[in-house]
Amino acid sequence: MSMLKHLLSMDQLGAGEITRILDTAESLRQVTDRPIKKLPTLRGRTVCNLFYEASTRTRISFELAAKRLSADVINFSADAKSSVSKGESFKDTAWTLEAMGVDAIIVRHGSSGAPHQLARWVKASVLNAGDGFHEHPTQALLDLFSIRERFKDLEDLHVAIVGDIVHSRVARSNVKGLVTMGAKVTLVGPATLIPAQAKDWGATIEHDLDAVIEDVDVCYLLRVQKERQNEQLYPSDREYSILWGLDRRRASRMKPEALVMHPGPMNRGVEIAADVSESQRSIVLDQVANGLAVRMSLLYLMLGKPEDGVDVGASV
Amino acid sequence: MSFLISGGRVVDGTGADEMRDVLIEDGIIAAPRVTSDGAETIDASGLVVAPGLVDLHTHVREPGREDEETIATASAAAAAGGYTAICAMPNTDPVADSAAIVEKVWAQGREVGLVDVIPAGALSRGLRGERMADIGEMIRSPAEVRLFTDDGRGVQNALFARRTMEYLAGFDAIYAEHCEDDGLAAGGQMHEGNWSAALGLRGIPAEAEELMAARDIALARLTGCRLHLLHISTAGTVKLVRRAKAEGVRVTAEATPHHFTLDDSALESYDPHLKVNPPLRTHADREAIVDGLADGTIDAIATDHAPHSMEEKEMEFTYAPPGMLGLETALALTLTELVAPGRIDMARAVELLATAPTRILGLEDQGSIAMGRPANVVIFDPDETWTVDPGEFHSKTRNTPYAGRSLTGRVRHVFFRGARTVADGRVLEEAPV
Repeated sequence: MSMLKHLLSMDQLGAGEITRILDTAESLRQVTDRPIKKLPTLRGRTVCNLFYEASTRTRISFELAAKRLSADVINFSADAKSSVSKGESFKDTAWTLEAMGVDAIIVRHGSSGAPHQLARWVKASVLNAGDGFHEHPTQALLDLFSIRERFKDLEDLHVAIVGDIVHSRVARSNVKGLVTMGAKVTLVGPATLIPAQAKDWGATIEHDLDAVIEDVDVCYLLRVQKERQNEQLYPSDREYSILWGLDRRRASRMKPEALVMHPGPMNRGVEIAADVSESQRSIVLDQVANGLAVRMSLLYLMLGKPEDGVDVGASV
Repeated sequence: MSFLISGGRVVDGTGADEMRDVLIEDGIIAAPRVTSDGAETIDASGLVVAPGLVDLHTHVREPGREDEETIATASAAAAAGGYTAICAMPNTDPVADSAAIVEKVWAQGREVGLVDVIPAGALSRGLRGERMADIGEMIRSPAEVRLFTDDGRGVQNALFARRTMEYLAGFDAIYAEHCEDDGLAAGGQMHEGNWSAALGLRGIPAEAEELMAARDIALARLTGCRLHLLHISTAGTVKLVRRAKAEGVRVTAEATPHHFTLDDSALESYDPHLKVNPPLRTHADREAIVDGLADGTIDAIATDHAPHSMEEKEMEFTYAPPGMLGLETALALTLTELVAPGRIDMARAVELLATAPTRILGLEDQGSIAMGRPANVVIFDPDETWTVDPGEFHSKTRNTPYAGRSLTGRVRHVFFRGARTVADGRVLEEAPV
């Protein structure tokens, strides 16, 4: 794992590496149950959250993960468009952080590929915290962790990812991770929101949610992005909700042990009914909690000395 | 000053490919004599002697973005690349939509004196696609504009396209289109296909180009106007042009070196140097472009030379402007990627780079090394291998994806109207006019 310098895409991770990240996360999660929730592992290391897109959840999760490992954390939030108009380039920012000697840059950017560009410019490790429509690998890893926690094994599980696949970095990373781990993936949604090319991703395409709802082990709902409303991708939120929303009636047809997941934030009443989001099937809050453990695991494996083995012995 | 180019392989773009001497005297191609007293002899053994290259599609950036390129630096880059004429695109600031601007560009080109700078005029005022630019005045100006385009954007309104074609047909001038439907292409960053889906970049479908090409072909048939399709990039457009030509529509087409050498799989690196418009297409499209260049469907190779500053090209992929340099690599890319693998022969290469663009623009002084013609000549070594070093470019900017790439075929000497502009690969600072 020390060979993993940057985490830019799920393409970089094979099944063995994913398993190691999830196993390490499992060990580290014990720490979060202690009264003193901190390990000395990354003492003296500096982690920068470089966020060009507003994201409270992911940034806080990374910040807390780094702090629990005793790293120093700096937060740099910028609006990419205003930075551009001010003539303050992405590259200048990268070099500034490099000059300050940061060890890792966690980057969220609206432009697909921005983490790849950053990784070419700096010596620090780069972690992709979501780039454009491209990828969000830590979300996929925490989702895999959450599914594995319930089902023990990902092999042959049937996971439906429902909604706006075209504009979703969560979907791209999850398809790669799930397929790598041997799960069966079905992408469900209106044809305008599923790229025709997705058939080459190892997933099946299905436009009728009712046709698969009884068969799936996991129904993973994506957020309907209100800002795309004017792009004429479907007639109305109401129609979307009727055809692709998970309401109580549909949820009741799922297998007894089947799970409902969502990367948040949810549009209750559109892609997911409020009562379904709060039902026994929903593991939405587990996803959030597991996000912390998975991000600790990655920082630990990428910046710590994992060859010494996971040492969760002493809190500081 | 006279020059005797001796022992070279003369490929003149008429199909001839033969060993003979070429004598340049008083600025024109003279009849070879037994003795050429006083002439400087240039040993061209092993070298190809061809008409100076003519680029149909250069963004000189002057006026308006002299930080990126000027007519002087574009002329030097052109000379270094073997060119003796370039057609300057009108999307400058201010836009070349009036006689005053095109005259200024034309005069500045003469002042620099390294190549003929032939201004293209805008079709519409301010490139807005709404009201006609001063087309007739630009045609009648000393710049004698022949080709009109809103390049950088396609003309979205079919009625405006039709009226403008009708008007241009009255002058036998050329309507040149940047084929792109704004609605279909909105927000697009690269070709729409497997790679855009995987990379999470918004795609520009091939149909955004093909719809407008089909519309313009229909309107050219209706109006009788000469239509030139700029930088065509898809297999579908090649097919449309092939059929239109068979039906007798007055259409010509150009393709760029990047569209016959690169495809969308290269975007995996998210390197903004690969961002161009039209975007790099699929491998199959690239093959169709090569076939079109070989079988005559595509008339010319044009560079779409588009300088952008380092700051602009080092932005995030989504924010970086499209475009790459072309003048100093076009000949070598043609020789390396088309001639060396046997896709086209040397005669066709010269036709694509020199004689066909000359014919399209109706230039009298370019594209020929026949006796009595102005001596616009390029001499290149078809076998010399070199490595692209953008630091050595004559352009002001360095935006090329070919840095570090090994290419075969290098310009050795260029004569522009009988004067030497490039000697042993070096652009002469001040061209003696």
